[in-house]
Amino acid sequence: MTDATQTAFPAQTPRAEAARDAQGRRDRMLLLIVALLALAAPILLNPFPTASALAQFNAGYPDLMQRFAIYGILAIGFNILFGLTGYLSFGHAAFLGVGSYSAVWMFKLLSMNVIPAILLATVIGGLFALVIGFVSLRRSGIYFSILTLAFAQMCYNLAYSVLTPISNGETGLQLSLSDPRVLDGPSSGSLPVTSLFGAEMREAATITLGGWSWTFSVGYYVCAALLLLAFWLSIRIFRSPFGLMLRAVKSNQNRMAYTGLSARPYTLAAFVISGMYAGLAGGLLASMDPLAGADRMQWTASGEVVLMTILGGAGTLLGPVLGAGVIKYFENIFSKINDAILHQWVAVLPDGLEDAVVAVIHPFVGKGWHLTLGLIFMAVVIFLPGGLVEGARRAGAVVRRRDRNAPSVESDAAARRAAAE
Amino acid sequence: MTSRFTRRGLLKTGTAFTASGLALPTIFTSRASAFTNEPTGSSVVLGFNVPQTGAYADEGADELRAFELAVEHLNGEGDGGMLSTFSSDALGGDGILGKRVDFVTGDTQTKSDAARASAQSMIQKDGAIMISGGSSSGVAVAVQGLCQEAGVIFMAGLTHSNDTTGKDRKANGFRHFFNAYMSAQAMAPVLSSLYGDDRRAYHLTADYTWGWTQEESIAAATEALGWETVEKVRTPLGAGDFSSYIAPVLNSGADVLVLNHYGGDMVNSLTQAVQFGLKDRQANGKDFQIVVPLYSELMARGAGSAIAGIPGSQNWDWKLEDAGTQAFVQSFGQKYGFPPSQAAHTCYAQTLLYADAVARAGSFDPCAVVEALEDYDFDGLGNGPTTYRGADHQCFKDVVVVQGAEDPQDEFHLVDIVEVTPVDQVTYPPDHPMFAGGSLGECNPGA
Amino acid sequence: MDAFLLQILNGLDKGSAYALIALGLTLIFGTLGVVNFAHGALFMIGAFCAVTLQRLLTLSYETVDPERTDFLGNPMTVETPYVEAWFGPATGGALVDWAVPLAIVLAIPVMMLVGFVMERGLIQHFYKRPHADQILVTFGLAIVLQEIVKAVYGANPIPTPAPSALRGSMDVGALVGMEAYAVVYPIWRLVYFVFAALVIGGVFAFLRFTTFGMVVRAGMADRETVGLLGIDIDKRFTLMFGLAAAVAGLAGVMYTPILSPNYHMGMDFLVLSFVVVVVGGMGSLPGAVLAGFLLGILQSFASMNEVKSLIPGIDQIIIYLVAIVILLTRPRGLMGRRGVMEE
Repeated sequence: MTDATQTAFPAQTPRAEAARDAQGRRDRMLLLIVALLALAAPILLNPFPTASALAQFNAGYPDLMQRFAIYGILAIGFNILFGLTGYLSFGHAAFLGVGSYSAVWMFKLLSMNVIPAILLATVIGGLFALVIGFVSLRRSGIYFSILTLAFAQMCYNLAYSVLTPISNGETGLQLSLSDPRVLDGPSSGSLPVTSLFGAEMREAATITLGGWSWTFSVGYYVCAALLLLAFWLSIRIFRSPFGLMLRAVKSNQNRMAYTGLSARPYTLAAFVISGMYAGLAGGLLASMDPLAGADRMQWTASGEVVLMTILGGAGTLLGPVLGAGVIKYFENIFSKINDAILHQWVAVLPDGLEDAVVAVIHPFVGKGWHLTLGLIFMAVVIFLPGGLVEGARRAGAVVRRRDRNAPSVESDAAARRAAAE
Repeated sequence: MTSRFTRRGLLKTGTAFTASGLALPTIFTSRASAFTNEPTGSSVVLGFNVPQTGAYADEGADELRAFELAVEHLNGEGDGGMLSTFSSDALGGDGILGKRVDFVTGDTQTKSDAARASAQSMIQKDGAIMISGGSSSGVAVAVQGLCQEAGVIFMAGLTHSNDTTGKDRKANGFRHFFNAYMSAQAMAPVLSSLYGDDRRAYHLTADYTWGWTQEESIAAATEALGWETVEKVRTPLGAGDFSSYIAPVLNSGADVLVLNHYGGDMVNSLTQAVQFGLKDRQANGKDFQIVVPLYSELMARGAGSAIAGIPGSQNWDWKLEDAGTQAFVQSFGQKYGFPPSQAAHTCYAQTLLYADAVARAGSFDPCAVVEALEDYDFDGLGNGPTTYRGADHQCFKDVVVVQGAEDPQDEFHLVDIVEVTPVDQVTYPPDHPMFAGGSLGECNPGA
Repeated sequence: MDAFLLQILNGLDKGSAYALIALGLTLIFGTLGVVNFAHGALFMIGAFCAVTLQRLLTLSYETVDPERTDFLGNPMTVETPYVEAWFGPATGGALVDWAVPLAIVLAIPVMMLVGFVMERGLIQHFYKRPHADQILVTFGLAIVLQEIVKAVYGANPIPTPAPSALRGSMDVGALVGMEAYAVVYPIWRLVYFVFAALVIGGVFAFLRFTTFGMVVRAGMADRETVGLLGIDIDKRFTLMFGLAAAVAGLAGVMYTPILSPNYHMGMDFLVLSFVVVVVGGMGSLPGAVLAGFLLGILQSFASMNEVKSLIPGIDQIIIYLVAIVILLTRPRGLMGRRGVMEE
C-alpha cells in the first residue's frame, strides 16, 4: 500500500485530514481544468488557420468533438470497473449498443427531446449490466472477460440478423416519417431533428477571426456538460469508501473475504455503474446522430474501449478520456489524409524528393491509419508503461525534479495502480 | 440566433472582413448562404467516402481511383474519358460551373457508424457539397440518411439492396448502380435458357438486409419461371466456413444452389461448394448448377477457378463494346495499368452525372441538382440509354449477365458476357411491393 | 442419419482448426502467462506463407506475344513461370500445383523465426507486466502485422487451391458400406483433419516424452521452483513460443484451400480462439483440444435447418451460449487448473 492509498481512508489523525483536504483541492483543481478545456475545446482543437495546409489536423468540428466527449464518458465508466476492481469486461459495447437502440426508439415513439432518450438509454444500459454482471461476476479473471464477451457477441449477432425488426439489422435503426412520436405529433415533409427543449442539437454558431474559424454547437456542449458530470461522479467514486472497497477487490479479494466482506455486491455495483455510463454514451451518440447500428456492439467496439482505457492509463482519472481522444482522432483525422494532401504539404520540395517523401509517409496515413494506431499502441506500452498519463507524469517529474513532494493527482492514481498490480 | 454549418461559405467573407482591417471577431448570426456548404471560392469540394480498411478495402481503393480520374477529367486534365462520349455537353473541362473540383477522402470501414462519422467530417470540416462512394447497402442507406438531414447530395456507390431506392429512398440520394430486383429479372431468362424451367433451387443467404432482398428477388423471379424453391437457409455474415450449410444441399432434392452472398462470404461459400463436388454432381437427372446473382470482378478473382461456368449479373463490365465503355477503359487502363471494376465505373459515372446536373441547373443548390437529375435521360456512360427515374432516384439501364470463364486468357478475363438484358425487362413501377414503404420526402438544401 | 454423419465430419473439421489455433494459444498462456492477442495474426501469417510460396513458384519472366492483344489493345505480355522454364512444364506445373502442402516446409522455419523474434524482441519484456499491458502491446502488434500483409497482398481474398489431386470430393459413405453419394466429403477437409490430428499428437508426444517437454510442463506447473533448480527456463520458453507460432502457422497454411486467405482472417479467428481456450480451461492443453472439437461439432449441429427452424438464429450464437453454460457450470472451464489467470 502506498501512502496515497492511505490518504483515502477516513481521516483519523490531523495529518491524514490535512492530506485529504489537499487531495480534495487537487481534485477540484483537476475538475476545473477539465471544465475549462471542455469549454474551450472548439477553439483549442482548431489551432490551425482554415486555409493553411495544416488545417487537416484540426479536430474542432462538432461531430468529432461530440465523439471525443461521448467516448470519453464511455471510457470513464469502463475505468470505474476496470481501473478500480481490475475486472476486465470485454463486452462493454453491448451496453453502448442497447443505449443507442433505446434512445432511437424513444425518438421514434415519444419525442425528439433528448432528455427522455438519454434517461432511458442510461437505465436500459444499467439493466443489461445488472443481468449480465450478475451472471458474469460469478467468475473472475479471464473467465469473467470471456463471459462478458460472449454476452456482447450474442447481442451483436442477434441484432444483426434475427432481431432486425427491433434493430433494423445491418443498416441500423433510423427515424422515419411514419414514426408516431406521441408527444411531438407526426412529422411531414422532412425528418425532425433531436433537440433539448427546442434547442436543436445540430444548431451551431460559427465565429471567424483572422484565418481561424470556430464552430460552437449545441450538441457538443450538451455532451461536454454530461462529460463533466460523468467525470465529477467518477472523482467522487474514486475518493469514496465505496471506491476504496473496489480497490480492495483488486488488490486482495481473499483478505477482503477474511474480514467478512463479500466482494460481489461491490463489483456488481461497479459493473452496473459502468454499464450505465456506457448506456449514457450510447444514448448520447444517438442523440447527436439518430442512428443505432449493430456494429456498435461488435467485439471490436468492446476492444476499443479496453484499448482507450489502457492507452490513456487504467486507474487514472483523466487517462481514459485521453485514450478515447487519441483513438478517435486517428480514426477521423488520419484516415482522411490522402496522397493529394501529402503532395500539397511537401509541394515546396523538388519533384523527386517530393515523391520520395510522399512515398515514405503514404503507408501511415489514409488507408494506413490502422498501422499508425498499432505502432502507437506498441510505442505507448513499451515506452510509457501505465499509459499516456503516466508518460505525462514522467515528463512532469523531469521538469520539476526539485519539487518532488508535490505529486499531481494523476501521479497518485498512477502510483496506486502500479502498487495494486 | 444561429446558422448551421456553413463554415466554408463564411470563410471567404470572414477573411474579407479581417483583410479590410476589422480585428474584432465577426459573429454571424444570420443565414449567410442559401444552402449547406455553398461554394463561394474558386473551387468546390466533393467528398469520396469509401472503405479503406476492412474486407472491402480493395473495392474501395478501386472506387477512389475512379473518383480521382473523374476529377481529373472534370478539371480538363487527362484524356477526358467518358466526358467525350457523354450525351450531355454541359461540362467543358473547366471544373464545375467554372470552379475547380477538389476532393476529400474518408474511410467508411464498411460500418454505418464510421461511415457517418466520416461523412459528417467531410460536411462539417471540409465543406463538401456532395458525398459519394461506399461498398455496402447498410452504409449507403446510413450515409444517404445523413446527407438528407445535412442538406447535401448523396451519389451512392456500390449498393445493391432494393431498400436504397426502396423503403429507405431519400430525396437527396441517387443510385446509379442496379439492384437486387433488376439482377433477378435480368438473370431469369438466362437461367431459363441455360438450365430450363423445371428446376429446384436451394438458397443460401447472408443473414442481413441485403441478403434478404436478394433472396426475395431471385426466388420470385425464378419461381415465375416455374422453378421450385426447396429451401431458404440463412447463414451468419462472415461465417468463413460454410460446410455445415453446404453439406445438406446435395441430398435435399435440389438441383440448383443459389448463393445470395457477397464479398468474402461469396468467395468462401462458392469455393467450398465446389469443393463439396456440387458442380460435378447430378440431381433429379440433371447436372447440378450453382448461381451467384451478384458478381464482382474482385470476388471472381478471390474465388479463382471455382467461378468457371457460374452465372451472375453485373451493373457493367469493362468488356462491353460501346464507345463510353471503351473510352473509360482506355483512360483508366492507361493510368493504372488494369481495367476498372464495376464499382469504379459506377463511382466515375456518378461523379460525372452530379457535375453535369449542377452544370445544367446552373447552381450547386441541392434542390436544383435534384430537379436536374430527376427523370433525366442520358447516354454514353457505358450502359447505353439510361434514365434517372424521378419517382425513386434509381437509374434504369441494361443489365449485364455474365458467366465465369472456363479458361481465362488472363487475370482480367475472369467472366464472359452472356447477355445484356434490355432495360424494359428489369423495369418495375416505383410502388412495386419489394420497394414499397418509403417516400423520398422533400429535397433538403440545409442551411 | 446421413445428414448427422455429414455434420459430425463438418464439426470435426471445424474443430481441427479451432483446436490447432487454441493449442498454440494455450501453450503461450499456460507456459508464459501472456495474453497474446497477436496469436490470430500468427495464424494469418502462416496462411500467407502459402500465398508467398505460390507467388514465388509462379515468379515469371515476360515475353511479348504480338499475335494477342491485352485489354488496351497493345501487344500482350505473356508470363511464363521460371520453374516451368527450369524444370519443364510438367515438373514446374506440379510444383505450382502442390504449393500449399509444400508451404509447410517454408512455414515451419519462418514461423519459428517469427516466434523467436517476437518473444525475444517484445514479449519477454512483458512477462512481469500487467495483463492489460500485454493486451495493448500484442493487439498493437497484431494490427501492425496485418497492415503489413495488407500493404503487400491487398485486402481481397487470394485463391490458394489445393493440389488438383486432392481438390475434389470423395464418397465417404460408400467406404463404410452406405449407399452411393449419401455422404460425400471434400478430400482436402479429410486431409486437414488427419493433419491436425498428427500435429496435435506430435505436440503432446513432444511434451510427454522428451526431457525438454518435461521441463516445460514442470515450468507450467511451478515456474519459480524450476528456476530455483538452476534450469534456464527462459530459453526453453523462447522455444515454446516458436513452437506455438509454428503450430498456429501450420494451421493457417493448411486452411488456405478451405478459406481463401485475407489479411484480417487472424482477427476473425482471434475471439473464437480465446473462447475455445477459456472453455477448455486455462493452462490445459487437452482442455483446449477437447473444447475445440466440442464447439466445432456443436456449431455444425446448430447450423442444421431442423435446429435452426426450431430456434431461429441459434447458429449465430451457439458458440457463446455454450461458453456461458460451461463456464457457469464448471468454474474453470472443462479442464482448467485453479489459480491460472483467475486474478
